[in-house]
Amino acid sequence: MPQLQEVTVDELKHLVSNRAIEGETVLLNMGPQHPATHGVLRLLVELDGETVVNCVPDIGFLHTGVEKNMEAKTYQKAEVMTDRLDYLNTVGNNLAYCMAVEKLVDLDVPPRAQAIRVILTELQRLASHLVWIGTHALDLAAMSMFMYAFREREIILDILELVSGQRMMTTYFRPGGVWRDVPVEFEGAVRDFIKLFPKRIDEYEALLTKNPLLMDRLLGIGVLTKENALSYGVTGPMLRASGVDWDLRKVRPYMGYEQYDFEVPVRTEGDNYARYLVRVQEMREALKIVEQALDKLPMGPVRSDNRKFVPPPRSEIGTSMEALIHHFKLWTEGFEAPRGGIYSAVEGPRGELGVYLEGDGGPKPYRVHMRTPSFENVSVLPVLAKGHLVADLIAIIGSIDFVLGDIDR
Amino acid sequence: MNTKLEKVIQAARSEFACAVEEFRGEAHLIVDPERIVAVITWLRDVQDFPLLSAMTAVDYWPKMDPRFHVIYQLTSLSKNLSVQVRAPVPGARPVMSTVSGVFANANWREREIWDMFGIHFDGHPDPRRILMPQDWEGHPLRKDYPLGYEEPQFTFNFEEIDLRKPYAKE
Repeated sequence: MPQLQEVTVDELKHLVSNRAIEGETVLLNMGPQHPATHGVLRLLVELDGETVVNCVPDIGFLHTGVEKNMEAKTYQKAEVMTDRLDYLNTVGNNLAYCMAVEKLVDLDVPPRAQAIRVILTELQRLASHLVWIGTHALDLAAMSMFMYAFREREIILDILELVSGQRMMTTYFRPGGVWRDVPVEFEGAVRDFIKLFPKRIDEYEALLTKNPLLMDRLLGIGVLTKENALSYGVTGPMLRASGVDWDLRKVRPYMGYEQYDFEVPVRTEGDNYARYLVRVQEMREALKIVEQALDKLPMGPVRSDNRKFVPPPRSEIGTSMEALIHHFKLWTEGFEAPRGGIYSAVEGPRGELGVYLEGDGGPKPYRVHMRTPSFENVSVLPVLAKGHLVADLIAIIGSIDFVLGDIDR
Repeated sequence: MNTKLEKVIQAARSEFACAVEEFRGEAHLIVDPERIVAVITWLRDVQDFPLLSAMTAVDYWPKMDPRFHVIYQLTSLSKNLSVQVRAPVPGARPVMSTVSGVFANANWREREIWDMFGIHFDGHPDPRRILMPQDWEGHPLRKDYPLGYEEPQFTFNFEEIDLRKPYAKE
């Protein structure tokens, strides 16, 4: 039998209060295997009765060395690693990474590819928020909500499968555009979804928004002040629920977001309920963007024709010697990116999803850092949980909406 | 680089005498690691950059001086600007001062950089590893740290490789 590593009280002394050392309060281990922590997150909770005195998150159980692995792959091949970070926002991760590569090598994306990217990332945002609303409600004992949310999420995953062949790990966006054009069934499938989904959001809201059981658990719980939110680097719906109007799609439009008309929901309360309302409203706005992008979807190429970075279409390879050479060079060696580091960020469902990408003149990234929003968002958990009950801790975790793959990378 | 960013850069240059690099429209301030807390505090309070968007490091091994760059990506909401601060750190003595007193999220990010690069942050309130196990040896994102791999097992060498595989056997 392997010996369990002993944790001495000394190692924890600076993290908990003196009362825990003296045995007045209880130190409780929550996780890493606990359904309410939404993955493998361990929380060391110091309890005075049922009140949380201190909460120390322990992360890293899902660390897979994605950044190190990406350094060993060419720019194109490293992209598949990004799907596996935040597995609820795979398309969004691809977008963040592709945009970083495009910025590093100075590559343009054709308008049709931009619109397709917008449609799919917004659908993915919906899918991600659906998982959030389902699991958050499940944590608060609303079992059926979970089933409803996953029913709709399945439709979105079917659309992703339709365009990319994969439900989750799509890698559909590529530096310079998308893998291939969307199939003819795509428009109909998205239109059906646009028609269906507003009614479904109304249903969710009828079930939850004014539900007294839910409001008891959310109203006034886990208040995040504006100052704390900024100091902890919290972004996304959490920041907007704390009264900061900051959405990268609005303030630094990318992929043609400036053409679409949508609101950025902002609340000032900063509690669980405000975060709930912001995300629900965001679902409606995301759907508006999808509809506009689909209406305006321009015709044209879906990949840049810069052959130094983007492989030629299959049809050319049979007839053009140059196309064959480009294809061969790009898939064996990859393309060379200039020396220098850039930071590029997109608005993911959880917040600012940034990529620091540094090239060294070779075909492999010298350094990739994924600035994942969940990391910052969960680091504020001790502040939110302090003084609340253990049961409220569950509600707060649900309202932060983090993904462990996103935190641990 | 737009004029608003130009102004910030000019101010930083006259205040701290730091070098400036430009790449793809981004401005990178290269500052002396000794003065990092002053620069970050000045950017936050005087220039109104209240968000530390990202903090990471790069290892330029085998170059030893400076071996690392610690990178701070700051965002100003009111001016809608981003500025990158880079602090070169020598490989022989990789020590920086902590900015966790300025930005609370630097606490975890510095733990991450310590864990991954072995750069020590002086005055950090909780200097433990964050992603790797506490008893891990080495710092994985350093360039002299090899990428791990698993030997593929075939019928003829299955037993042989199984014996030296690092998983717990009963």
